[in-house]
Amino acid sequence: MEQQRKLKWMGAIIIILPSLLALYTHLQSLIDYFTYQILPLSSESHFGQAINFFLYDTIKIVILLFLISSLMGLVNAYFPVERLRVYLTTKKMYGLQYFFASFFGAITPFCSCSSIPLFIGFVQGGIPLGVTFAYLITSPLVNEVAVAMFLGLFGWKATLIYAGSGILLGMIGGYILGKFKLDRYLSDWVKQIQQNAHIEAGRWEGERRSFFDRLPAIIKDGWGIVQKVLLYIIIGIAIGATMHGYVPENFFTEYLSEDKWYAIPLAVILAVPLYANAAGIVPVIQVFVAKGVPLGTAIAFMMAVVGLSLPEATLLKKVMQWKLIGIFFGTITLFIILLGYLFNWII
Amino acid sequence: MEIKVLGTGCAKCTSLEDVTRKAVEEKGISANIEKVEDIMQIMTYGVMTTPALVIDGKVVVKGRVPSLEEIKELL
Repeated sequence: MEQQRKLKWMGAIIIILPSLLALYTHLQSLIDYFTYQILPLSSESHFGQAINFFLYDTIKIVILLFLISSLMGLVNAYFPVERLRVYLTTKKMYGLQYFFASFFGAITPFCSCSSIPLFIGFVQGGIPLGVTFAYLITSPLVNEVAVAMFLGLFGWKATLIYAGSGILLGMIGGYILGKFKLDRYLSDWVKQIQQNAHIEAGRWEGERRSFFDRLPAIIKDGWGIVQKVLLYIIIGIAIGATMHGYVPENFFTEYLSEDKWYAIPLAVILAVPLYANAAGIVPVIQVFVAKGVPLGTAIAFMMAVVGLSLPEATLLKKVMQWKLIGIFFGTITLFIILLGYLFNWII
Repeated sequence: MEIKVLGTGCAKCTSLEDVTRKAVEEKGISANIEKVEDIMQIMTYGVMTTPALVIDGKVVVKGRVPSLEEIKELL
């Protein structure tokens, strides 16, 4: 019975994974065949091209998102955040703890509802506030949806730049915030927890279930993430595809071009009140870049949209005083702007 | 049996509560199921990822929604 189930799952992986990869590599010709032969739309017409674009991008991103979410789920199953806490509290890290916290924030599936328990959990374990901030900054910025969208729409180079700078931002932001002795601005009950902080070394216990027992749930969760954002992906790509056709070339260049020094702060400030997830915003960003906005400005805008949100701020109110929330968001805003300048200068 | 579902009210937390209720019902055992939404109370269990399932004071599942079968086994 156990053996049979194992075989069934192994078989499923051996069949599904290569077929997904084959579908991914031949997607353009398949979509071409579908839109121009089966439907059939003219490959000359704007409408035909738009439909072709739309189908190709949507399917490509769904495949990427599914694979990336499952991969992240797998990493998380074997290296859960409780384990990170034990690592951070028991090992001497010589500054590397900022990197670990930030990197971990990047590879965990992000859910704003879990950021508060995580925050308290870190404080409870006696982890310094700066390291906790490093996690908290990167976690919403670099997540499975953002990575899949970037990979699908901008290619792997831009994705690496985005993910790398998200991690860097967390590390530097966390380090600097940690220097400021901000603990007094935590909520009173969090301060109490902090005073009673104790290292619960070795409390992390690995799950004893086998790989094939855990795999179905991981894959199901991966697919669950796809389902949750599918509508946003479709809407985002549809808006992007429409804008591609109707927004004139160089439309944004006038306001957001490189030689205008205020372009990046302006983009960031415009982004703060916008609350959207990565699925909806990346296709729009892609149009911006195609129509002449520099990539650095676009990345800064994107980071401000997903990383600085009012709902997140109100959640944090439970654990921080307003002043600390202000300092936290202010610092991230400043660093996002600086990163934008840096990229435009490098690229 | 004392069963507690810990969660701040996200979608996964409600689905964990539903599956748990169903598992208890199908097993036909008498259990007291309570949903804990207060963050301060949740933290006393030492979990960092919600939702979590607590049976008789012991955290058995955290950070994910297990299948109906798995919960039945845990019960």
